Amino acid sequence: MSKARQSTGATIAAHAVLIVYTIIALFPVFVIVINSFKTRQAIFREPLTLPDSDSFSLIGYQTVLKQGDFFLYFQNSMIVTVGSLFFILLFGAMAAFALAEYRFRGNMLMGLYLALGIMIPIRIGTVAILEMMVQTGLVNTLWALILVYTAQGLPLAVFILSAFMKQVSDDLKNAGRIDGLSEYKIFFRLVLPLVRPAMATVAVFNMIPIWNDLWFPLILAPSEQTKTLTLGSQVFIGQFVTDWNAVLSALSLAILPVMALYVVFSRQLIRGITSGAVK
Amino acid sequence: MAEVTIRDLRKSYGAIEVIHGLDIDIADGEFVVLVGPSGCGKSTLLRMIAGLEGISSGKISIGDRVVNNLPPAERDIAMVFQNYALYPHKTVAANMAFALRMKRMDKAEIETRVARAAEVLGLTPYLGRYPRALSGGQRQRVAMGRAIVRNPQVFLFDEPLSNLDAKLRVQMRTEIRELHQRLSTTTVYVTHDQIEAMTMADKIVVLRDGHIEQIGSPLDVYDHPANTFVASFIGSPAMNMIDTMVQRNGAEAWVEVEGAHIDLSARSELEDRQEITLGIRPEHLTLSDTGMSGKVLVIEPTGSEIHVVVRMGGKDATAIFRTRHPFKPGEAISLTPDPENIHIFDRETGQRLT
Repeated sequence: MSKARQSTGATIAAHAVLIVYTIIALFPVFVIVINSFKTRQAIFREPLTLPDSDSFSLIGYQTVLKQGDFFLYFQNSMIVTVGSLFFILLFGAMAAFALAEYRFRGNMLMGLYLALGIMIPIRIGTVAILEMMVQTGLVNTLWALILVYTAQGLPLAVFILSAFMKQVSDDLKNAGRIDGLSEYKIFFRLVLPLVRPAMATVAVFNMIPIWNDLWFPLILAPSEQTKTLTLGSQVFIGQFVTDWNAVLSALSLAILPVMALYVVFSRQLIRGITSGAVK
Repeated sequence: MAEVTIRDLRKSYGAIEVIHGLDIDIADGEFVVLVGPSGCGKSTLLRMIAGLEGISSGKISIGDRVVNNLPPAERDIAMVFQNYALYPHKTVAANMAFALRMKRMDKAEIETRVARAAEVLGLTPYLGRYPRALSGGQRQRVAMGRAIVRNPQVFLFDEPLSNLDAKLRVQMRTEIRELHQRLSTTTVYVTHDQIEAMTMADKIVVLRDGHIEQIGSPLDVYDHPANTFVASFIGSPAMNMIDTMVQRNGAEAWVEVEGAHIDLSARSELEDRQEITLGIRPEHLTLSDTGMSGKVLVIEPTGSEIHVVVRMGGKDATAIFRTRHPFKPGEAISLTPDPENIHIFDRETGQRLT
C-alpha cells in the first residue's frame, strides 16, 4: 500500500471533482427550493437569486396547503411507496432464498425467468395491466399501484438478493437446523439479518422511481381519492396558466419524505458495506 | 448419552452411490474419529448422522431410537462446524442460549447452563461480545459451548480445527479431548488430519471412496494396518512400501531388497515366488553395514529427530533417527529393517497377510 498516503494535490483534485459533481447534481433541487419561497414575479425576473425581503413569499406553500387534498396525495404516495417496498423486499427475499438455498428441478430456469424481468420494461405491458385491473375492479385503488410496483421491483430484488444469500454460509443454516429452527425461522432470523445491506440497496433502488412515477398513477389510479403526490402536483400545471409557486412548493415538500427514507436505508447500506469489508 | 449404530448405510446422488453400505458401532461415551482423504465420504457420513443429509438406504440409530426420518433438531445431537457457524448478529451468550430458547426452556435454567459452559470453556469474560470481536480459538470455544449447553446425546465435530493455526490446533486438540474426558458424551469427529485422528480417538474409522478400510483403536490401526491404503495414510512420514518377491527353500523364506537379505522364515504362509509389498515404518529402519543400500537425498531435521529421505533403486524411502548423524546429501548409506516390525501385504489386493 505505497499509495496509502496520497499527496495533498491528489486529495484536493479528488475533492474538487466531487464538489463540482455535487453542485451540478444539487443545482436543480436548489433552484426549485429557493424559487418556492419567492413571489411569482421574482421567479420569472431573477430565477437564480436567493429570496430577499422584497421577493420572499410563502404564497406557493399557502396554495398547496390550502388545497386540502394535498395531504391525501402525500399519504397516498407514502402508502404506495412503503407498501410496494415491503412486498418487494418480502417476496423478493423469499424467492431469492428458495433459489439460493434449495436444489429443485427448474431452479436455473426459474432464476432466468425472473431475471428476464430486469431486461423488459414493465411499461410495455401497460395496456394489458390496465385491462387486468379493470376486470379485477382494482382501478382507482392504491392496491393497483402497489401490485404493479411490486411486480416491477421483484426481478432486480430477486437477482441481487439471491446473489447475496448464496454467500451466507451453509454451516450457519445447518447450525440453525440443528438448533431446531424451521426453514421460515432460518430465513427470518438468520439469513435476513445477514443480508440487510443488500435489502437496503434494493430498497433504495426501488424507492425513488416509485415515489416519482407519474405513468402508472395517471393510468391506473387518477381518481381524486387515489392520486399520488406527483400526479397531484399536476393540478397546478394548467394548459394555459401554470401556478409555478404552487408547483415548486409541492415539489419541495415532496423531496422531504423520500429524503428521510433514503437516510434510513443508506445508513444500513454504509454499515453493511464497512462491516463486510473489515470482516 | 447413547450409543450410535449404523447399519448398511448408503447414500446416492442420482445414479452415483457415494456411501457404499457402512456398518459402524459407536459405544456409549466413545470418541470416534472418521478419517480419510478428501472426498472419502466422511463429512457426508457425519451429516447423515446429523440429519442434514438424507439417507438413501440403511439405518442409523442413536440410543434405542432409529433416527432415519427425524429432523436434526429432534435427534438430540449437537454439531460443531469447521468455520464455527456462529450467529454473527448475536452475542456469545445469545449464541450459546439460542438452541435452548428455541426449545422454550426456562430462562433461569438457560442462564445457569450458559454460565456453566462459559466457565468450563473460559469464556465468561467474553459473554457480551460479538463473534467478530473474538479470535479463532475463542470462536471455536463458543461453538463448542453452544454444543455443550444443549447436553446432547452425541457431539458431532466437522473438521473443527482446520481453520486454526498450527499451535492453536494442538492446544484445542487437547482441550476437546479433555472436555470429552470430563463430559464423556459420545462423540463423532471428522478430520482429514491423521495426527488428530491418532491423538484424539478411542476408535478410528478409516474411510476411502465411501468404503470403510479399517476400524480400530489408534495404535491398532498404526501397528496392524489392514491394507496398504491404511498403512500409508496413517503415520507421518508415511510407511515405506517396497514391492518384492518371496523366495522359499523348505522352511526358509526370504526376500532380497537392494542388496539386503531379509529373513521371513517366521511367516510360514508365504509361498515361493509370491509377489508381496513390504511395509516398513520410517522409525523401524536402522543403520547397518548389511542393509538395503541407497543414497541420501534430503535431510529434514525436526529438532527431536532427523528425517532422511533415501533413494533406493529408483524409489524413495524415509528413515527417522533420534540420534544426530552428520548425514550429507549424496552419501551412500545402508538401512536394515527391524524384523519384528515388517508389514507384509499382498501386492495384487493390497490386503495385509497376517
